[in-house]
This record gives sequence, structure tokens and C-alpha cells, in this order.
Amino acid sequence: MAAAKKSAKKTAKKATAKKAVASKAAKKNTATKAKASAAKTSATKSKRNMDDVVFEARDLRIHAIRDDGSELPIVKGVDFKVRRGEVVALIGESGSGKTTISLSALGYCKPGLQFAGGEALLMGENVIGKTTEELRESRGEKVAYLAQSAAATFNPSILINEQVTEAPVLHGTKTQEEADAKALQLYKALELPDPENIGSRYPHQVSGGQLQRLMAAMALCGEPDLLVLDEPTTALDVTTQIEVLKAFKGVIKEEGAAAIYVTHDLAVVAQIADHIVVLYNGEIKEAGPVDTIINSPQHPYTKRLMAAIKPLPEAGQGDGSSDDYLKDAPVLEVKDIDAGYGKSSDGKPKVMVLKDVNVAIERGKTVGIIGESGCGKSTLARVFAGLLPPSEGEIMLDGQGLAPDLKDRSREELKKIQFVYQMADTALNPRQQIKDILGRPVEFYSGLSGKQRRDRVNELLEMVELPLAFADRYPHELSGGQKQRVNLARALAADPEVVLCDEVTSALDTIVGANVIELLKGLRKKTGVSYVFISHDLSTVASFADEIVVLYAGRVAEQGPTDQVLSPPYHPYTRLLVSSVPEARVGWLEDTMARQESTAGIAGQVQLTEVGCPFFERCPLAIKGTCDTTNPPQRVDKNKHVIECHRELSELGG
Amino acid sequence: MTKKQEIEHYVAPYDEGVSFDELPDSEPTGRFRLSWSGWLGASIVAFWVFIAIFGPALAPLGENDLPFPDDYSEFQSPREGAWLGTDVSDRDILSRLMYGAGRTIGIAFAATVLAYFIGVILGIGAAISSPRVDMVVSRINDAFLSLPTIMLGLVVVAAVGSSIPVLIVTAGVIYATVVFRLARALGQEIMVMDFVEAAKVRGEGRWWIITREIWPNAAMPLLTDFGLRLIYVILFISSLSFLGLGVQPPQSDWGSMVRENLGALSYGQSVIPVLAPALAIATLTVAINLVVDDISAHSGGKLSKRL
Repeated sequence: MAAAKKSAKKTAKKATAKKAVASKAAKKNTATKAKASAAKTSATKSKRNMDDVVFEARDLRIHAIRDDGSELPIVKGVDFKVRRGEVVALIGESGSGKTTISLSALGYCKPGLQFAGGEALLMGENVIGKTTEELRESRGEKVAYLAQSAAATFNPSILINEQVTEAPVLHGTKTQEEADAKALQLYKALELPDPENIGSRYPHQVSGGQLQRLMAAMALCGEPDLLVLDEPTTALDVTTQIEVLKAFKGVIKEEGAAAIYVTHDLAVVAQIADHIVVLYNGEIKEAGPVDTIINSPQHPYTKRLMAAIKPLPEAGQGDGSSDDYLKDAPVLEVKDIDAGYGKSSDGKPKVMVLKDVNVAIERGKTVGIIGESGCGKSTLARVFAGLLPPSEGEIMLDGQGLAPDLKDRSREELKKIQFVYQMADTALNPRQQIKDILGRPVEFYSGLSGKQRRDRVNELLEMVELPLAFADRYPHELSGGQKQRVNLARALAADPEVVLCDEVTSALDTIVGANVIELLKGLRKKTGVSYVFISHDLSTVASFADEIVVLYAGRVAEQGPTDQVLSPPYHPYTRLLVSSVPEARVGWLEDTMARQESTAGIAGQVQLTEVGCPFFERCPLAIKGTCDTTNPPQRVDKNKHVIECHRELSELGG
Repeated sequence: MTKKQEIEHYVAPYDEGVSFDELPDSEPTGRFRLSWSGWLGASIVAFWVFIAIFGPALAPLGENDLPFPDDYSEFQSPREGAWLGTDVSDRDILSRLMYGAGRTIGIAFAATVLAYFIGVILGIGAAISSPRVDMVVSRINDAFLSLPTIMLGLVVVAAVGSSIPVLIVTAGVIYATVVFRLARALGQEIMVMDFVEAAKVRGEGRWWIITREIWPNAAMPLLTDFGLRLIYVILFISSLSFLGLGVQPPQSDWGSMVRENLGALSYGQSVIPVLAPALAIATLTVAINLVVDDISAHSGGKLSKRL
């Protein structure tokens, strides 16, 4: 033991000695490099005055190489310029080549692709055809890349500050001290909490929105000339998105950097971009200043993108589902549900996720469940499906008690409740053909086989508007939207009474998602099926649901008919959600930030509290001494519209 | 419905009649095709399988026949009558190689199949069992896994005596531990996928979930590993034979041929007698690897890419 310790010490000593040598060498290196870079900066500065184009694509062409060696054009001759201090948005659906084009600024092609022509000029230098060594020089120094997922970008076992300052120190443009100072300045500019100490945490110790902003700090720390942002807010909640957008916009302006912003969301683009380039299938369809594109789009494709922007969540948008299918008892109902994960000694869950939830789903109607991530939306769906038996409360199907655990439910009961998963990619077995994916539930629940089964599969494909030829394909041979349709068809194959839809449109492009919603609406009308529609996207829910349940930290904050939840009086949390949905209007971000109360920002930690209102810390109307110590009373507005808040309804209106 | 209608059917209607369809994630995959290196590998494997089956019938001499019975002819270089030279006991290397092919490949194949049979059943079984059962089975497996394979083989063979069935069972059980690990990891990874949960929510039984949901997704990575494992078993059997505990003389197999003829390196006329069986082992293992590479590249699914 002692010997082991000794030897460990020895190695440690050796390591430090080595490090010292290395750091000396690094310092030397840094010094020379710094000199060189200083010379470079002055050179570029003089260049800047002459020509302020930071990045230019000239007739850029990128081809994919198929297995048999033939080439498939992905980017077909694209020209655009990014000037200093300007944000250019590349917008288009998935498959439009927007990410591929943006990566060309780094001289990078995804595996299987290759540059086939044209030039990508970064600060006047063509980056195409450069060696990896040369590219490494420019990456992180001249150009920085922000990926969609911050969680995947950060190394979970290295301190944040070390990762943020790594690029400039490695490139020798800054000493560690300079980089630290720059990082601190960026943390402040990005309005991160506790900027002095946030760098000495690990990535898992900060929230998703904070990590997204820290990624911006990482990219900006080396003071790059060009910033490439790839859908940096797409995966975020609306409330978080607004904070991140604001921080990005401020910091880009402050640093005077140029940026390429890749997204499919026009509403986001309207807030942050100066110029818009609309892409479809690797070609530019329309390009111009943001005002022109947003206010008077010319090309039909741009018009279609504009038309697909979801309207703001307001009262009176619902299509009004029919009442034809209503019966005495709701088709599915949960009463006073408590649920959570793990088990402690007293039989209650270790981690409580849901508390006192009551939801009733009428036949042919849709209940929307909304809230930020982590509020218990999906957990509620799992309770319905029987995947997570609740610790308290009961579940009723057609007015009769239903076993809380899936294993105790009869096949007939299972058939009536079907679950549609968010990610069609993982929800469909990659080794089964579509006809088997759809055929199995048909066979399993209704005992059909042979020709009858085939007919039913065809009928289902028609129902979700897919060509019949798809029956012989495997899931990976379909597009994202088509897979989601198959996913939906599988649930419909059971001929269910309730379909639980967990974020079914969240992973889809705007237009594709809108088509799926249209499909759901049509089926509801035709078959009288009911939906539980879980989403963090308020606009979609508003256009589709008859009733909305707003969850916060596992409790119902507000609940009632859609039109009433989306009109005053509001729960303060509902108001925050509604006002955070971006509008496709230039200047919306500034207006909203000016209006919105500063305390109601990003959720630091959403946790179910035993006593008091969980929204207390973020609530602009919180009453200290009341809201944090006693549970809020249920205030009933007209028509089953319930708000749980200490404030009077009159205080919540207007 | 006409074909054109069928295509436009799933494209959202659009004001000027121009459609912008969605693109699939990947094009429909074609049939499995071997690359040139795959073809090379496959033909070498086919050659050795052919020799394994028909070798004894085609061999110019019997396994223990002497090509030059009247001479003192140890470690001869190749010449007429003995195209790969002669071994330590004056026998024909070529004939022995052809006789040995069946034994080496047959034992290895049988042992690998056995290893897969035991490993996959226990591994996937452990993956879907309760944590307690999984724990017990896995720890027992870990204990076996911690023992060096050759040492374990030596002990077993030394205790029970060497025969072909003993060799097969020993190698099969030893390599089942590795297969168990892989099958269990794959099973666990697939178990948590949404499509397995969807099957559970549908009310499917355990047997359906194993055979229809998990197995098809685990089969490709396991098949890829089967080729590699076969190589390890060949090397294992050859090592045992080299140490004198594998196939017993006067029967031939490639590993024991290398050992018998080591002397050729120091005082033979030629090194071919020892090089030939060694090359046979090398070509077979490399060839299997080439085919496996192609299969794993083709299967392309997310799971197999990671392996």
C-alpha cells in the first residue's frame, strides 16, 4: 500500500516536471505565435477597411458520393456574402443543404461529401482544398462553430472555463490570463448567473439554456471573424430560447463579429438576422434583407415557408372538433394522480414528478398538455399508458376503473389506449418492413391475417397519406415526416379510442409538422378518436386542442377550455409561456424583452415543492410569505377554467 | 390511383402547383455486394472450406505416408513428389495440410457455434431478466472471463485428456463468456429503445420481444463478431496444438504442424515446412476478416456502426 502511494507520488512528480517543461515550451511557442498573430491582425485590420466581406461563397458546389461511386449534387452553385457585423441566415427545410453550406466556411465536408467546385472565401482566402494543418490554424481563430446541442459539444469531465478558453490559448492568440478575462467578460455579456464562478463548474451543473450560452462564449472567446451557428435554439423551450436569442444578439453586436445563422424557423430569423438566404434542395431560391423577405416574400417557396409559420397562440384558433362522439363518461380520466420514480421505504416514490393531477379526456376531443421540459408532461403520458403506475389516485377508462400497471390490463383495454413516440427514428424497429410494423398490431388486436391484414395495412397507409408502395420499405428509407406518419399509423392500427401523442411534431420541420397536425385533425373528425397532445409548442396546441392543461413542476398551474386558458385571466406562468412564443416580426424580441419582467427568465431548477407554489421564484406577481409557504388555492373561472394561484382572478386578468 | 397521383399524394398541396417533397434519410439499400477485397476474402475462405471438405480425398498421399520411404528425408525443400517439402518425420507437408484443414476449421467452427449458442441465450436472457438474476449470471461470467484463456484450456485439457470433443467444448465454453458480454450489452441497449417499449405497451409477450424486436437488431453485430470469434478460436486451438495439448499426433492440424516442424527453422533445408501451415492459418484469418468487414459495412445500422 505504502509502496503504491510512493510510486504514485513519484509519477505525479514526474508529471509535474514534464508539465513544467511543456508549459515552458508552450509559452515560448505562444510568444512567437502571438507576435505573428499580432502582425496578422494588423494586416487584416487594414484589409478590413478596404473590403469588409468576411465570408463569401462563390458558385459553391458540393456533391455526395454514392456507394457505387456516382455523384449526387447536394449544393448546386450557391453565391452569397457575409459582411462584418452582419448576421446572414440560411433558411430551409432539412435536406436543403443549409448545414452543408455553413460548414464549408470551416473548409469542412461531412463524410461522404466532397467539394465539387466554386470557392469558399474566408477573409479573402479560399478554404477549399486547404490541408488539415492549415484549416486548424483558421478554425477557432478566424471561424468558430456552434452546434445545435450544447450538451454534446461540451466534454462532461472538463471544467467549463477550461473548455471555453481552450481555443485561443491553443492557437496562441491569448495567454491563459487574457483568455480568462475575455471569458469573464463574455459570461457577463451573456447574462449568465454568477459569472465569476460559473466557469469552475462542470457542464452538467448548469442548465440547458446556460450551457447553450456558454457554448457561445466558447465560440467567441477566440474573437473569431466569423461565427457559424447551426440551429442553436431549436431544441430549447420558448422561454429559454428568448433569453438565448437576446444574449446571442447582444454579444454579436458587441463583438462586431459576422455570423452565419442556420435554422428552419423564420420567426427566429426575423429576430436575429440582417440578411436571409432561402434554400431549397441545394439552391438559393431567394435572398435579401430581412425586412424584404419577411414582409414581401417573392419566391413561391419563401411564401410557403411564411405560410407555414404558426400563428400566435391566441383564443379562437381551434378548429372546433365535433361533439358527435360525446358520451356520458369521458373516455379516459385520471383522478388525483401522484406519480414519480424510484421507491422509498414508505412506499412513496423517491423523486416525485406529478402531484394532484386531474385530467378527463372526452370522446373525439383533444387535451393539450403544455409546459417547459422537465415539468412532467411525458410522465403523465406514461401514467395513462400504464408504463408508470401512479402512487396515488386512479385511472378510469370509459367510466370504469383501469389497472394502473400495463401488465394487469386486458388486451381489449390495451387496444383502446395507444402511444405515439416523439422520435420516429427509435420508435420504429429498423429491421422490420413497414407492412410488418403496421401489420403486427392489426394481427395482434383484431386477429386479421393474410389478405385481410394486407388490406388493412393499405387502408392505414392511405389514412396517413402515404403511397402504398411504402409497405415494402424499411424505416430508414423514409423521410422524417413520413416515418412520423408510419408511427402514427401504427397507433391507429389498433383502432384505438385514445392516442397519446408525445411531442410528435417537435422533431419535424415546420411544414412537415403542420401537415401531420392536419392529418390528426382529419382523423379526429372521421373516426372520433381522442388525443392527448403533449407539446412544448404552444402554437400547435392552440390550433388543435379543445382543452389545455398547463403543467409546472408536476402540478397543474392552469387548466380549462383552450380559448379560456389562452385569454385573460392567465396564470402568471401561462402568460410567460404565451408571451415567449416568437413572432415573425422584426423587432419583436426587443419589444418583448422590454415588456417582460426580468425575474421570469429561464427556469433555474424546476422542482416539485411540498408546500408553496413551485413557480414562486420566477413569478412577477409572487407574494412573499404566502406563495412560498402555502399551497395556492384553486380559483375557478367560468366553464371549468381553473387557475391555481394566490392572486385573485381580477388581479390576473387584463 | 395512377403513379403520378400516388407520388403527389403525400406532398402537401402548394399554391402554384410546384411540389417540394421531403427527402428520405437514405436511398433504398441495394442487395448486399462484396467489395473487391471482400471477394478476395470470400474466395480464399471458399478455397479453404473446399480443402477442408475434400482435402483427404484429393491429397496426393495419405496423412502419414512417406513420399520417399527409402531416403532419410527430414525437412526437404519442395520437389517432385512432395510439393511443399517434408516434415520432421519425413511425411508430405502438402498432404498433411490438406488433412489438417478439415480438423482445424471444423473444430473451430463447431466451437464457435457452441460459444454463440451458450453466450447468446444467456446474454440476451440476462439482459431481459430482473436485475438480480442478471447480476448473478454476469458475475459468474466475469469470474470465468478473468481467467487467461490459454491457461484455462491447458488446465482442462491436462485434467480430462485431449480429444476432439474435449477441445470443442473447452473452446466453446471459454469463448461463450466473451459472447455473453457482447450479447448482454447489445440486448440491454436494444431493450431501452422506444420500439421495444411500444411492443410492451401493445401487450406483446417476452418471446415475441426477444425473437422479433431484439434478435433481428442484435443479429447483424453478432454475425460480424462471429467471424472475428472464429479467428480467435482457430488461434486458440492452434496454440493448444502448438503446446502439444491440442490435436494429438499422428493426426495433423495446422497448429501442431507448426510446432512439429519448428526444427526446420534451425537445421532444415528449407523453411517451407513450418511456413506453410503458418501461412494457412494467416490467410484464413485475414480472409475471414475481409468478409466480416464488408458485412459490417453493409449492415450499416446505428448499432453495428458503433461496433
